[in-house]
Amino acid sequence: MALYSEKVMDHFQHPRNVGKMDDADGIGEVGNAKCGDIMKMYLKIRDGIITDVKFNTFGCGSAIATSSIATEMIKGKPVSEALQLTNRAVVEALDGLPAHKIHCSVLAEEAVKAAVKDYYDKNGIAYDKEQFRQVDCESCHVHGAES
Amino acid sequence: MLVYADNAATTQMSRKALDVLFETSETVWGNPSSLHSVGQKAKEILEDARLRIAKAIGAEPKEIYFTSGGSEADNQALISAATFGARKGKKHIISTRFEHHAVLHTLQKLEKQGFEVEYLDVHRNGLVTADQVREAIRPDTALVSVMYANNEIGTVQPIREIGAVCRAAKVPFHSDAVQAIGHIPVDVVRDNIDLLALSAHKFHGPKGIGVLYARKGTLLVNVIEGGAQERGKRAGTENIPAIASMAAALEESLQNLEANRDRIIPMRDRLIEGLSKIPHSCLNGDRSSRVPGTVNFCFEGIEGESLLLLLDAQGIEASSGSACTSGSLDPSHVLLALGLPHDVAHGSLRLSIGEYNTPEEIDHILTVVPQVVEYLRNMSPVWEDLENGKRPHIL
Repeated sequence: MALYSEKVMDHFQHPRNVGKMDDADGIGEVGNAKCGDIMKMYLKIRDGIITDVKFNTFGCGSAIATSSIATEMIKGKPVSEALQLTNRAVVEALDGLPAHKIHCSVLAEEAVKAAVKDYYDKNGIAYDKEQFRQVDCESCHVHGAES
Repeated sequence: MLVYADNAATTQMSRKALDVLFETSETVWGNPSSLHSVGQKAKEILEDARLRIAKAIGAEPKEIYFTSGGSEADNQALISAATFGARKGKKHIISTRFEHHAVLHTLQKLEKQGFEVEYLDVHRNGLVTADQVREAIRPDTALVSVMYANNEIGTVQPIREIGAVCRAAKVPFHSDAVQAIGHIPVDVVRDNIDLLALSAHKFHGPKGIGVLYARKGTLLVNVIEGGAQERGKRAGTENIPAIASMAAALEESLQNLEANRDRIIPMRDRLIEGLSKIPHSCLNGDRSSRVPGTVNFCFEGIEGESLLLLLDAQGIEASSGSACTSGSLDPSHVLLALGLPHDVAHGSLRLSIGEYNTPEEIDHILTVVPQVVEYLRNMSPVWEDLENGKRPHIL
């Protein structure tokens, strides 16, 4: 289908790191079912490094693809680096997304951040709250439509 | 195996319709408005097609107006009835919540122009009743518009009864019959229809051609201005090859109507039975009052677009009312009109089969769909919540 790039279709049809994690150090869930996308990301963290990542996603093809590639982009990286992941980088890594699917990449970025925040909270690590501000569902859809 | 199961979106042209399209393009290329022989030959073909199409729906040839398709016919029908209603001070319109966008968006435009539109509830079974229409009619009602069969879920409305109610109240009655014509018997006289839209590509004819039926005495306003074609009600040189091809496709569909129905319904029923075995799923729309080929299901815990893409990868071409397919935030307005919550409506699948499908293809669908649903559920955090009781099952 020409709707998506080959990269998106590859990640959608063969998602990397899909699954759950029983002993995760941080879990982040973003989106809502009403809007049609929910991403849940699990992180295993050792000495500040993300040693393992898993995800579960309810959503369209691009939601699954953005979750999949985001896990690849942060696996093996320091937590500080994972926090730098932007939705733009996710879109670029997938060779682009249709305008109305941009919100899926925003969700992927937020899922990573939410999982890190959960890890920080559980371990009493101080952080700048501003860094974890989430865009609400409605506005990210509007954002997607505009871009 | 490649299975085309999206016949409600469009159909493959029949051999006969293709032959007529090519032959007419090659041999009858004149302009029917021309007085010379080449033109008059085209005029003959045009009027012959008009006669045959009129006959097919129980109309008179003078009541048939060729348009670019169902959408244009719907637009013209609604705008006409509204315009002439308003001249008599009637600015109330009755319709339903799950009409095609060709109707809904035109009604929204009329609302902005000061019309009051009442959208009737279609209930969980996707059916309106004649009583609902009777109760909604007021002295200032300019028009009732109820689709013959719904495009997404396939439910067939009690058009004959609704038509009788409208006729008794002397209110013009429009029906978008795009999903019905060629699949179930439609007769504008029996059904008391004043305005009707049909589209050729839904019954193996070409795209870009359709008909507005307007009962004798029903006034029309022009949507397209220009020459005096179609008795001055629709300008533009007539697409003679497409019109001739549409007439052939319609006749063919009606000749085979019963045979096709007997072939399609058992396949459809197998689809319904097979897909119903998937836990936490539901058939959308009334079980029996439906067109032969359309089946629409919701599967809890998954989203429709990912389902469609994975089915496509396995050779099954289907459709969904999913928000992601249309690029809007909300899922199908049809499924929401049935009262399904957003999160359930996101997980919809429409399979619309026709006489070109085979029982083997149905087997393939019934093998693949449950596997793909299970695969997607296994990676769905919504399904996880449903299964561990954090979120209640609705289906």
